[in-house]
Amino acid sequence: MSETPVFNPRALVQPDRVHHSVYSDPAIFELEMDRIFGRAWLLLGHESQIRETGSYFTTRMGRESVIVTRSASGRMQVLVNRCTHRGATLCQESKGSVNRFVCPYHGWSFNTDGSLQAVPVPQGYGSDPAKVFEKLSLKRAPRVESYRGFIFASMATEGPPLKEWMGHLASSFDDLVDRAPDGDIEIDGGVFKHVYDGNWKLVLENHLDGVHPNYVHISSVQAANAAPIPGTPEKYADISLRQMRQNGAPEPVWEAVGMWTTDWGHGFMGDYHSDSRLVVGLNNPVFQEYRRRLEARTGPAEADRILAVTRWNSIVYPNVSFMSQFRQVRIVHPLAVDKTVVYTYNIRLKGAPEEMFKDTVAFSNVVNGTASWVLTDDLEVYARVQQGLTARQPEWVVIARGVDADVPDEHGTLRGSTGTSEIFIRRQFGAWLHYMTQEGA
Amino acid sequence: MTTPIDLALLADVQQLLFREAWLLDQQRFDDWLALYTEDATYWVPLEQQQASPLLTSSIIYDDRVLLEVRVRQYSHPRAHARRPLPRTCHQVSNVLLLEVQPDELRVASNLSVVEYRLERQRLWGALVEHRLRRGPQGWGIVSKRVDLVNAESELHGISFLL
Repeated sequence: MSETPVFNPRALVQPDRVHHSVYSDPAIFELEMDRIFGRAWLLLGHESQIRETGSYFTTRMGRESVIVTRSASGRMQVLVNRCTHRGATLCQESKGSVNRFVCPYHGWSFNTDGSLQAVPVPQGYGSDPAKVFEKLSLKRAPRVESYRGFIFASMATEGPPLKEWMGHLASSFDDLVDRAPDGDIEIDGGVFKHVYDGNWKLVLENHLDGVHPNYVHISSVQAANAAPIPGTPEKYADISLRQMRQNGAPEPVWEAVGMWTTDWGHGFMGDYHSDSRLVVGLNNPVFQEYRRRLEARTGPAEADRILAVTRWNSIVYPNVSFMSQFRQVRIVHPLAVDKTVVYTYNIRLKGAPEEMFKDTVAFSNVVNGTASWVLTDDLEVYARVQQGLTARQPEWVVIARGVDADVPDEHGTLRGSTGTSEIFIRRQFGAWLHYMTQEGA
Repeated sequence: MTTPIDLALLADVQQLLFREAWLLDQQRFDDWLALYTEDATYWVPLEQQQASPLLTSSIIYDDRVLLEVRVRQYSHPRAHARRPLPRTCHQVSNVLLLEVQPDELRVASNLSVVEYRLERQRLWGALVEHRLRRGPQGWGIVSKRVDLVNAESELHGISFLL
């Protein structure tokens, strides 16, 4: 890429504030698609979605449709979903299993590794058509790696390896997968696809924000507080009621949450959760059975260690927010400077009692559901922010809470001075600036 | 259909379904909820042909307790996505008695809803199935399943009842 930036990214990001145009300027958005979503490792899905040879699913990298396949050789491939002939989208399905992808326009067919299989009327391509065709494989993401079964890809040929790039945030994936009694997980149980009229960064700036729940979610907090107190025996509504009520936790609880960040803009909330705060409690028979099965694999000491991790949301910048406690993964797809869609997935801990997957599903309905009491208010506020930021004055957005008080911590992390520090947003913009000031893709 | 249609029963059922739609459009949510039995469920599946509300996520899957939370939230002054409440126009049609027992009915219908809020109007279409049970006050709704034709698409937030 050789375009000259029409703006200076460094002038837009300051230690305690960012310029409103980073959320509202279409030209900046275009450059983000190129320099951030065209380079960073993006989470695409999980290997459980493509276990068999020939199986595939489609998703987006930035705005571009891609097909993630398990090719005949057993290798994972990430293919740009665009015929190399005249450009038609090859695959319309969200998932499936095929021997080859056939273009609807002129019948060009491609193997699941992306290589061109056959072209009608091949004699029209000169004396050595094979030579022409070998250059017409589907565009492949040059780098594909997985971590604990999660598939990431990058459209840049060069850059840090996935594990190095994630840094200590990788331990949040460990937390998720370690919890499975069989040591493995799978994606199942439907996909919410919720759209909001706001910039893609807004959702990533919200999921570690411990101040907003008492304001954005006050109506669901109070509506749930007026319901019967969740308890024993566990009833269907209780997962939802607990989560709605939990959003109303008093300020000192949010202040005490741990907030860790890493290089490249990642971050997670820890020290948040005790298993008794949201689930029915450690004496629940389902939990006891789960623990018994986990111990059968790990032994009691390791089970203690695994279950002592109390993380809430983790963010892998720029496209993921996930959490192990109720096993949710949300993938963020920018659509336009002021429009974003988030795909949310449920995760099953393999070997765990099926009741826990039902908890996962019920939890997703309350926090990720398109009509949920909770999410709808988040989506509304994102749109309100976007609308507000079209005003040219005041120029700046303030991200100052806890500035100058960040604390270096173990594993190369930087910790917020309190749980409500906006450190995670500042670190996201640190990464933003790094990507946006590197020229060339 | 080989069995004769019980027109009086059909009229009763239609009136109930029309009344439900009318109460929603009038934003009389407490009265709307009173149409439902204590053990009622209200289900808007996420997937076509969804078999289970417990093993696959749903746009809404509420028991009575959660429906009450939903209704309470509507009247909260700081329910941001519900201030103002969406204006709706529910159209119920194609009412079909699928299963008739002395005290239980299964009823299919089609639903179209025009929804308007803050300069955005959306049109929804759904295939609906009610299960009704005869009680002392007449027919009560035991379950309602609303299969939106676009349930699997990318959707903005939904802050009204279908």
